[in-house]
Amino acid sequence: MGKGKEASREPFAEKQNMEEFKVIDNCLMVRLPEEIDHHSAGFICEQADWYIVKQNVEHVVFDFENTRFMDSSGVGVIMGRYKKISCFGGKVFILHADKQVRRVLRLSGMDKIVEIVEDNQNE
Amino acid sequence: MSEMTNKAKNTVLNEMTLEFDAVSDNESFARVAVAAFVSSLNPTLEEIADIKTAVSEAVTNSIIHGYENIYGYGKYRNTRPDFQTFHPGKVQIHCMIQGDILHIEIADQGKGIEDVEKAMEPLFTTKPELERSGMGFAFMEAFMDELEVTSRPGEGTRVRMLKKLGTIPWIEDED
Ligand SMILES: Nc1ncnc2c1ncn2[C@@H]1O[C@H](COP(=O)(O)OP(=O)(O)OP(=O)(O)O)[C@@H](O)[C@H]1O
Ligand SMILES: [Mg+2]
Repeated sequence: MGKGKEASREPFAEKQNMEEFKVIDNCLMVRLPEEIDHHSAGFICEQADWYIVKQNVEHVVFDFENTRFMDSSGVGVIMGRYKKISCFGGKVFILHADKQVRRVLRLSGMDKIVEIVEDNQNE
Repeated sequence: MSEMTNKAKNTVLNEMTLEFDAVSDNESFARVAVAAFVSSLNPTLEEIADIKTAVSEAVTNSIIHGYENIYGYGKYRNTRPDFQTFHPGKVQIHCMIQGDILHIEIADQGKGIEDVEKAMEPLFTTKPELERSGMGFAFMEAFMDELEVTSRPGEGTRVRMLKKLGTIPWIEDED
């Protein structure tokens, strides 16, 4: 089934704002989609975990540059990855979080366990 | 609080009802539809963000807890296993704008909640295996001005929320 499954990928290629996963040294870089909800969260978790296990990733960087919406499903994504890497000394970094994302992170207490990287151009 | 204009506080200015299948594909549609409905009140970007988040939380809860539909119709980037079956069910959204107040009611006829008070505690979740953080109700509470949840096991759940627009400052620790 392995090969056939690849061919049946969604026909509509969401080019922009697509999730993107990249490993640089011991870091997994995840570029998050425009909206993180329950519908899109499953794929992010699945992919990120694959890299964490298969590529021996130590830290995870979530880049919210394209993200305009996140609900508690996103908190689950970050929390879940944090639990997987923190026991081996890994850290989670958050880049380019806008106001809405920051507020959700703060309300859920995530800002205490992840490193929110400040970018000088405030949104 | 601040002085309130007394014009037509109790007159219903606008109302809408939506019903859709309880699958994750509709989560984005639901919050965008409510945000568009509210646009006549000229909400700020922050208010729109609040409303969208609260709606997303309640609708997602109906879908994944009420009807236990974990995957959507569409295979979102191939995450849905082939054997997934759908539990048929609908989610209803009723919105009403009264003066500068937005009322939202989100209901399902799913499995319901045994102990509503407990369910509303932050970090409480019955689905930790699905990467749920138990923050849904806490977000609804934080982003809206009023939240009321009624539920009956086996019958369904109804979430009523209210937000007063135009007065709530954006609570943000700006640097
Ligand atoms: N519509 C519903 N039908 C049945 N049970 C529900 C419903 N809404 C909430 N619940 C119950 O209340 C609990 C708490 O809900 P809440 O949204 O706060 O957290 P969660 O959905 O588990 O996690 P999160 O929203 O952070 O992803 C759920 O785990 C579930 O047991
Ligand atoms: Mg929830």
